[in-house]
Amino acid sequence: MKYVYSLGAVIALMLIAWFGSLIPGMQYFFGVAVPYLAIVIFLGGFAWKIWDWAKSPVPFSIQTTCGQAKSLDFIPHNRLEAPNTNTEVIARMALEILTFRSLFRHTKADVYAGPKLTYESAKWLWLFALIFHYSFLVIVIRHLRLFLEPVPAPIVWLDWADSLFEMGLPTLYLTDAGLLIGLLFLFARRLFTRPVRYMSLFNDYFPLFLLLAIGITGVLMRMVFRGGIDIAAIKAMGVGLVTFSPVVSPDISAIFYVHLFLVCALLIYFPFSKLMHLGGVFLSPTRNMRNNTREVRHVNPWNPDIKPHSYAAYEDEFREYMVEAGIPVEKELEPQKEAAEPA
Amino acid sequence: MFNKSLILGGLAVFVLLVTTPFWYGLLKAGPPPTPEPPPNGASVCVAPVEYMRSSHMKLLDVWRDEVIREAKRETIVVNDPKLGTLEFGKGLQLACMDCHSNKEQFCDSCHEYVSARPDCWTCHMTPAEIASKEAL
Amino acid sequence: MAVAKLEQLEQSVASDPSMLTGAYPTEDWMDVPAEFYSGNFAFPAKVNIVEYLDSQKGLHFPNAREWSPEQDDWKLPEDWKDIILNGLKERLDKFRSLKIFMDCCVRCGACADKCHFYLGTGDPKNMPVLRAELLRSVYRNDFTLGGKILGKMAGNREMTIGVLKEWFMYSYQCTECRRCSVFCPYGIDTAEVTIIMRELLHLVGVGINWILEPVSNSNRTGNHMGLQPHTFKDNVEFLTDDIESLTGVKIEPTFNRKGAEILFITPSADVFAEPGLYTAMGYLILFEHLGLDYTWSTYASEGGNFGLFTNNESMKKLNAKMYAEAERLGVRYILGGECGHMWRVLHQYMDTMNGPADFLEVPKSPITGTVFQNCASTKMVHVSEFTADLIRHNKLKLDKSRNDYLTVTYHDSCNTARAMGLMEEPRYILKHVVNNFHEMPENTIREQTFCCGSGTGLNTDEIMELRMRSGLPRANAVKYVEDKHGVNMLSCVCAIDRATLTSLMNYWNPNVGVSGITELVGNAIVLDGETRGELDEGLRTMVF
Repeated sequence: MKYVYSLGAVIALMLIAWFGSLIPGMQYFFGVAVPYLAIVIFLGGFAWKIWDWAKSPVPFSIQTTCGQAKSLDFIPHNRLEAPNTNTEVIARMALEILTFRSLFRHTKADVYAGPKLTYESAKWLWLFALIFHYSFLVIVIRHLRLFLEPVPAPIVWLDWADSLFEMGLPTLYLTDAGLLIGLLFLFARRLFTRPVRYMSLFNDYFPLFLLLAIGITGVLMRMVFRGGIDIAAIKAMGVGLVTFSPVVSPDISAIFYVHLFLVCALLIYFPFSKLMHLGGVFLSPTRNMRNNTREVRHVNPWNPDIKPHSYAAYEDEFREYMVEAGIPVEKELEPQKEAAEPA
Repeated sequence: MFNKSLILGGLAVFVLLVTTPFWYGLLKAGPPPTPEPPPNGASVCVAPVEYMRSSHMKLLDVWRDEVIREAKRETIVVNDPKLGTLEFGKGLQLACMDCHSNKEQFCDSCHEYVSARPDCWTCHMTPAEIASKEAL
Repeated sequence: MAVAKLEQLEQSVASDPSMLTGAYPTEDWMDVPAEFYSGNFAFPAKVNIVEYLDSQKGLHFPNAREWSPEQDDWKLPEDWKDIILNGLKERLDKFRSLKIFMDCCVRCGACADKCHFYLGTGDPKNMPVLRAELLRSVYRNDFTLGGKILGKMAGNREMTIGVLKEWFMYSYQCTECRRCSVFCPYGIDTAEVTIIMRELLHLVGVGINWILEPVSNSNRTGNHMGLQPHTFKDNVEFLTDDIESLTGVKIEPTFNRKGAEILFITPSADVFAEPGLYTAMGYLILFEHLGLDYTWSTYASEGGNFGLFTNNESMKKLNAKMYAEAERLGVRYILGGECGHMWRVLHQYMDTMNGPADFLEVPKSPITGTVFQNCASTKMVHVSEFTADLIRHNKLKLDKSRNDYLTVTYHDSCNTARAMGLMEEPRYILKHVVNNFHEMPENTIREQTFCCGSGTGLNTDEIMELRMRSGLPRANAVKYVEDKHGVNMLSCVCAIDRATLTSLMNYWNPNVGVSGITELVGNAIVLDGETRGELDEGLRTMVF
């Protein structure tokens, strides 16, 4: 039922923006005040979270090696999965961040009578996660055309490439489809894969619904509900925001404000949620450390001063046995008194 | 170990990237375009101005389908207070460009501003192109 | 506790309703309390053990008492909740890994069916993600913005006795094998979470005897078996007697000898119990063959480090003996025997905790002259690295056919594979000492290897059924190569494996034995002056 609450929360946000923007004068609130607030909270929250992480040290070198370490000359070193140098770490991290390397390993386990356990390759999660994330990235970059004047050439090219198939008018962006398909897959997985359904929380469904609502309102106002979507006026608003001379056009329809408000909600929610994996993935000690700890000493700033149970104390306890067993000792046994005394 | 400088460096890059539009805006931003009014002085269009601003591409799409696929070639009549009754065939060249004769000043100014790249002109010719052809 | 009959367990794993077999729990995981009954928990630590540990400088083991998980009252200190929450705060400030792993999980579920405990029990709380959520739910509640506002719906909850009991149950149903961290897109390592949960539980006096007694023994006698110096020496000498009767060669190892070139440290189980004994015989034969100038130590007679399963203070205190003894004896460097978690500590913690070991030299093989640059700072070489180098330089006189009575497969120990990257050296050695070798399926070896199911101090008999369940993925992969290739020997480089895989094989695959790599090396070595006859079972042959 947790998804119902999440869906309810997103619908509530949509209604707030829908009706709120219809109240005269509130366009300024939804079109200027909220976006400024959102970007400030997003950047401030993001920086605060990263700083909070940075404040804690990495006391131990806990890399997870997923391949052969560098050892002897004739043992082939897996430089990507057990990196030994900074360059190799960067390559490993790039593979992780840009291609979701670890998720690519995903398998699905099943148990059959016998018992017999099987592990089959399962790349769907990897594929749709990749589609979703890249679509989202391209969409964010594409939106810069509404903030940058003049529009830089690379964004024009990206826009062109994204609408290459020229379906519909205005043309449907491939990444819009990718975003929605990716999100629907991720949502369906949460609903229908038993373990994932069982572990899912409100805060897992909420960002999914939020992004879905952002994607759907975006596509709708581009493709279907054109009324009141004067793109030049919207860009004037965007440019106004980034040049700190905000303007609001009175004729823009409510669906635009719903879209914008949801994006602002996402920005505000971001730093305080699991979405911070965007920053966290760079800082994961099991991935971003070199596997050279026996070669170069890793320093722990709070290394406690703890001494071992000393050899002297050990020998004191067992000296007699050691001498008897012929094990060398530091201090010889005291001459035994009984032996010294005359009978 | 902290690697604080590396982390703060990365964070700074991120903040810079996210705030690009603000820096870019301070450097370059020009004013939004104001499309040129029709040189012939017309003040009424085939549909209300707000509709034309947001949805002209939809109208052109409908016109194209009607004319080419369904052979519905009825004309559109507009009463302009200054120019009187005007009658247009459905189409970019037949209707729009009749009044908005300067493509660069009318179409392109906004399209470039929002980085829209309609493919009208792969088939259609602008009034200027027609004029230069006729001159040959 | 009586272990379920094989047929029952076979049936149960595959068809009892569980998350794994297709059932869906009727209750939210937060509403399912941890229930303890005989057989599903390891016995609490004994009072005298906890008291002894608490008396040691640098260690903190409060609240020694008689208690049982089965009773409602765990006799926790009055302010247990503050202790736990303050302890958590302190650790958040000390470990970036903890913060990141608490904040970044998106519950994608990629880890869920990667855990051998989940695969063996079907218990949803054994999915690594939910195991971590046990701690994360409290973290979100007390240490994040809005944690308390959103409440249970957002997976946040108060720290209660019930939560503490869950921590105890599930942090001792995790062997910190790190298999989940291989598959996690953010590298979240449940071992880190389990380590912290166990540390926190020790703060209020909740710990198990099978771990704390070895910690206490290692501290006092130098090894977790509690072998006193003369007994340790005797045990090694028994092995040399066996070697003499098998090969006719008398080996005379030295103990605590100052001025030796190399200090050799291996898990004490190798000199104490089968089948580790045969691995220790392998070491003795190998070093004799080389004429190595080395010594054993009775003070640092434990390679393994049960402190890793307890808290980082104990780990440091136990580990510190190695350098202390190396310095006292004046050796050049340390050679380490086959062990899994021992090598996690040596590779990832030792130098940080107790280094720098400036009084030692960069290890250099006295036989081949190879300098082990990969341990230039730690100054501790793995015996497989050492041996592989010898084989590469043709320094061993080997008769592979002596291992022909075996068809061997290789089990990567979790720690050497995923916390060290030692994967190819043992295989290189095997290639040169056995003729019949077959790998298990690729999803069950190297970085994807499955734990023996009883690591991190869980190899205690009272939880035998759990162990047999959690070891099932490993056993199943062995069965696959047993059926397909007739494999009858499961080789490994881990002392805990040698003990636990033996129980596991006896249960699931009774025709498969367990051996260390060096046992197979030792059996293949042709010693100078040997008078060895036909040994049908290698070093295990009974000779009268």
